[in-house]
Amino acid sequence: MTTQTHVAPRLVEVRQNVLKQNDIVARALRERFRQAGVLAVSLVSSPGSGKTAFLEKALTLLRARYKVAALVGDLATENDAARLARSQAPVKQILTGTVCHLEAAMVQSALDGWDLNQLDFLFIENVGNLVCPSSYDLGEDLRFVLLSVTEGEDKPLKYPTIFNSADVAIITKADLIAAVEFDEPAARRNIQCVRPGMDILKVSSKTGEGMTEFLEFLDRRRVQGKNVGAGL
Amino acid sequence: MHELSIAMSIVEMAQEEAARRGAIQIQAVHLRLGRLSGVVKEALLSSYEMACEATLLQGSQLLIEEIPVEVFCPKCEQPRLVDSIQWFCCPECGTPTPTVLHGKELEVVALEITE
Repeated sequence: MTTQTHVAPRLVEVRQNVLKQNDIVARALRERFRQAGVLAVSLVSSPGSGKTAFLEKALTLLRARYKVAALVGDLATENDAARLARSQAPVKQILTGTVCHLEAAMVQSALDGWDLNQLDFLFIENVGNLVCPSSYDLGEDLRFVLLSVTEGEDKPLKYPTIFNSADVAIITKADLIAAVEFDEPAARRNIQCVRPGMDILKVSSKTGEGMTEFLEFLDRRRVQGKNVGAGL
Repeated sequence: MHELSIAMSIVEMAQEEAARRGAIQIQAVHLRLGRLSGVVKEALLSSYEMACEATLLQGSQLLIEEIPVEVFCPKCEQPRLVDSIQWFCCPECGTPTPTVLHGKELEVVALEITE
């Protein structure tokens, strides 16, 4: 019988974040946004929660006073970009193919040819998905998670990770609250359970309800961001 | 489901590290996975097997250490583990705890390699 020397595997320490590449790109983007003085805002939600309708309304209203632009992620079709283009703001579609979320590198390449110094606000509409986008930093300053009243008030409890990863919650389709018997206090409680202290806004893209408050909120955050950027 | 692309990143990372160290085989990858990472353990394990095919990692094991969610309680002034990710409150005093200290980890900590 021949003896074979068995080499035991060696344990070597690595310590590397799996999403390191994404995080590096996201950090670079955040720095670019800061230097250009643009507030980057991303929107996440389930499909059909009214992200595009809300964004179209927001872009139209913001354009009166600010320079705004949007990137919009979808698996297929350029329908959303076409809808958003009605706001007259520059819009670019990011087609992800089969990828269920946006990554920082997709945002980076979509920004090719855009002069960020010319912008006050950049919106990034993620793919409709309440699971996967939570893991990927896009370099945004603020992440909004949208919850439409037709989805039910327990959505935050079903998808706590994405709510926890977001900075602000927006309750959309407020004009349907009575029709679908949406329990708004319960929804607010649930949001606070998964992300204590989270700001909550309520809007209707159809009637315009809550849009003034939303614009004021953005205004405040932009000023705060500028002050931080100026080292104040 | 983004676990397959996560698994492919893990395999790529392990292969780069193995090449750097002149390893001929990788037997296992040790991963820390936070409960708030947005990655599902079971889905990651099955994706990992697929991602390993025809690489140095074929037949290797993905050893996952699940990291619970640790928050900071502003009232107790102590780190606390939350029982549920649907309830971000101090388990001792019930104070809401927005500050997350741990639970978002998604990192390769070690490899078992044959050189």
